[in-house]
Amino acid sequence: MEYKSKMSIRNLNLYYGDNHALKEINMEIRPNAVTALIGPSGCGKSTLLKTLNRMNDLVENVRIEGEVLLDGEDIYGKEVDTTVLRKKVGMVFQQPNPFPMSIYDNIAYGPRVHGIKDKKKLDAIVEESLRGAAIFEEVKDRLKKSALGLSGGQQQRICIARALAVQPEVLLMDEPTSALDPISTSKIEDLMEELKKKYTVVTVTHNMQQAVRIADDTAFFLLGELIEFGDTKSIFSYPEDKRTEDYITGRFG
Amino acid sequence: MNEKKLSRIKKRPADKFMYFLIYLCASLSVILLAGIIIYVFVRGIKSVTPEFLTTVTSVRKGTVGIAGNIVNTIMIVFITMIIATPLGVGAAIYLNEYAKPGKLVNAVEFATETLSGIPSVIFGLFGMMFFGQTLGLGYSLMTGSLTLILMVLPLITRNTQEALKTVPDSYRHGAVGLGAGKWHTIRTILLPSSISGIITGVILAVGRIVGESAALLFTAGSAKALPKTFAALFPKIFQSGGTMTLQLYLSATSEGDFDTAFGIAVVLIILVFLINLGTKKLAVKFDVKRKK
Repeated sequence: MEYKSKMSIRNLNLYYGDNHALKEINMEIRPNAVTALIGPSGCGKSTLLKTLNRMNDLVENVRIEGEVLLDGEDIYGKEVDTTVLRKKVGMVFQQPNPFPMSIYDNIAYGPRVHGIKDKKKLDAIVEESLRGAAIFEEVKDRLKKSALGLSGGQQQRICIARALAVQPEVLLMDEPTSALDPISTSKIEDLMEELKKKYTVVTVTHNMQQAVRIADDTAFFLLGELIEFGDTKSIFSYPEDKRTEDYITGRFG
Repeated sequence: MNEKKLSRIKKRPADKFMYFLIYLCASLSVILLAGIIIYVFVRGIKSVTPEFLTTVTSVRKGTVGIAGNIVNTIMIVFITMIIATPLGVGAAIYLNEYAKPGKLVNAVEFATETLSGIPSVIFGLFGMMFFGQTLGLGYSLMTGSLTLILMVLPLITRNTQEALKTVPDSYRHGAVGLGAGKWHTIRTILLPSSISGIITGVILAVGRIVGESAALLFTAGSAKALPKTFAALFPKIFQSGGTMTLQLYLSATSEGDFDTAFGIAVVLIILVFLINLGTKKLAVKFDVKRKK
């Protein structure tokens, strides 16, 4: 069997206790593309993002039905090692969350978790990851300084570099620019354009212009349901569903 | 022109009165504290000589000193902390990171809170009966230390827990998102982030041990002999030994030797001052968040 999709979501239902938070989601995520998840607050888009690398495992009382496939393999399978899964499917959070340690140690954290101890290898990974996140030039002289001394936009790119350092295949981004100023935002958007050459990117965004600018595919969610999913251009130009049209034209949300 | 100038508005009398009252409260508490310290220093400082700190009181040799008590104090602090610190930190990690919030955690937290409020003399009574008699350790530094472990454990656990609670969840999520396991996250992120809180707890506990007397009165005994060699320290663990506070009590009551009592008081005040100073220095030094 051949899988064209990087990740496939099949008949996914998710419950927080009695709350049916995701309803019968079916989605195919293309490799080397940016997929944007949009929708009003509480529609389940962040929840869906978190199911893609099992970050929901940290939450109590979560029940998940259905399948999430990564290269054809169910990530909720019994023998799945979440450490390996999260190495392949990395995550960048809404609030920049660098660890309270040096820039170097932040980037080297992931590789060290996965057993890389060799100093030369780590040096190379750190530089490569920082370059990949377009921040190397800004921080190359202060790698040993705390990452907490950087600006918000720089911190977020450090977090992206930290995620890249474990050489993931998929990068999940949960509203990565919502806490940032416009200049930092545009830097991160440019970066996402670069990133999709090597990685598959799935991002949650509140900003519809951003979805239009960066996403190849867009999925619109409402109250836990996937209303419409497809090519970004067609979703924004010729929405098939009335609710999608109402949302993207700003009639609610 | 009939305007009032802003600068001519006078302070209201009630404000003035309250200002005076509050000023008085603040001054009184400072004066009281300073008064006690000055009184103790004036009466005690002349006793604190090199001989006082390095010899043991002996009628035969004609010396007056508290070296034996200092050694006992250090040993009790050391034995207690080397056991209580890992236990307390471990308990806090369990409560905060592993245990599911619920009845058990609430019960343990309630118990630690209550334990830290129990008068120390009750710990002493229990220690004497259980460690001293049931376990047959008698009056010894070990009995005293085991008793004090029970006493300072809640202090260390609470402080560590509070420190762990202030570590933002985003750190935990970030680490887990990179594939780190629970223990790895605790070891590399959570403990380093909360080290200043842990140190605060440890040093508060040390301060409490140094100042404790009631719980040691009937557990550790009152011997003040000074071990002659380093090796002699080890059997000493299972022998009676009085700390500085205990000797202070004995000097001031049964021995009626107020010079020694005030001398010890001076040494203790200096020690507590140094411990507090050390706490602040260390807490700042290890505070990862302030390193820029």
